[in-house]
Amino acid sequence: MTRIRSTSSAFICGKSFSMQIEFKVNNKVHQLDVFPMARLLDVLREQLQLTGTKEGCGEGECGACTVVLDGRIVNSCLVPVAQVNGAEITTIEGVAHNDQLHAVQQAFIQHGGAQCGICTPGMVLAAVDLLKRNPQPTEDDIRNGLAGNLCRCTGYMKIFESVVQACRK
Amino acid sequence: MRAFIPNYQITMPASLADALALLKREPGVWKPFAGGTDLMVLLEAGRLPHRNYINIWALDELRGIEANESHVTLGALTTYTDVQANPILRDEFPMLCQAASETGGLAIQNRGTLGGNIINASPAADSPPALLAYDAEIELVSSAGSRWLPYQGFHTGYKQMHLGADELLSRIRLPRNTEGATHYYRKVGTRKAQAISKVCLAAVGRMNDGQISDTRIALGSVAPIVVGCVQTENTLRGRKPDTETIAAACDTLAREISPIDDIRSTADYRLQVSKNLLTDFLMRLH
Repeated sequence: MTRIRSTSSAFICGKSFSMQIEFKVNNKVHQLDVFPMARLLDVLREQLQLTGTKEGCGEGECGACTVVLDGRIVNSCLVPVAQVNGAEITTIEGVAHNDQLHAVQQAFIQHGGAQCGICTPGMVLAAVDLLKRNPQPTEDDIRNGLAGNLCRCTGYMKIFESVVQACRK
Repeated sequence: MRAFIPNYQITMPASLADALALLKREPGVWKPFAGGTDLMVLLEAGRLPHRNYINIWALDELRGIEANESHVTLGALTTYTDVQANPILRDEFPMLCQAASETGGLAIQNRGTLGGNIINASPAADSPPALLAYDAEIELVSSAGSRWLPYQGFHTGYKQMHLGADELLSRIRLPRNTEGATHYYRKVGTRKAQAISKVCLAAVGRMNDGQISDTRIALGSVAPIVVGCVQTENTLRGRKPDTETIAAACDTLAREISPIDDIRSTADYRLQVSKNLLTDFLMRLH
């Protein structure tokens, strides 16, 4: 893991501030000019066209913008991009290996875990993160692992059941 | 409406010494930015008036949990996830772990920090009542040196605190004296999880021969600051936790807190629930 260790790199241009950062997204290195306080969510979607990461509430309540940052899930709407200089990020686009879907993704398809799809990237990443930390979660562990991800379609049971099924594989 | 992002800057000091030197050189210009779970919400809502931030998230000097015989010391950047993972905290300071587990979901717990919870100074913050009940002390550092002070009394009014423009909160220290005590932490919100508190009470109590020898009682969301209820503690000392004592303590508590009507609850509800929680705590003392 590379930590942020640069000295001040923001430079003043009128009243605007920009900086160059380098970070890894889904195992690919990117160098970008960014506004330092731009949300990681916006940089992923608008500069890298990784639109799998969704915006729901924009205030850290709904989990739609979840990504993995240096091994931990975070809400990308709450991360200023300056803080990911040197970091490694996984988005929903990086969960499958080539054409091989992750067990969690397979389970969501087989058990109706997705409806409108807005919460799905966050739910999948939260479930993948849970199984990585805890390969044999209890039902309570699954509920806690998914907490912070809101779904307005499924009533949660299909999502919960998808994760239960993914654990059995 | 969203803020105009190009107007905001965040500078990236390479060390704590660099950060403190910048704060000394330009006091008041820079504000610390840690996990961003509060500040980014304001930014998105266009309600973040301050424009210049100093990134402290990468400063390893502000991380880590250490224990010696008398104290557990936590870096200001200790996240809620770090708190829950620490065996000593789970064993001796369960209310802090409970507060951490009831703050947001996992993605928030991975980024939110104890130091941020203190300095952001929301009266509805969930870890400060536990820190007050555990007699926490905090360390403030500047390029001139460091000073430790009791957390009780640090906040002086809504979002006001004894923090110099050139200072950063660096560590939090908890005395390891909780053995045999009753710990009581309860957050009351709209739901059991994923809700901001309407009232939050953290309390520690010790009994001796059927009498209350000592208590620490702290509440969130019922005043402009998180309140340590010293008068209520004094009322309880040396008494049996019977009906009369509980009534007296509830009367004192009502004078120590100043709940208001706002978007989350009403003053009446908050007052009643505060008394109920205090009663529940006192009835569990043994």
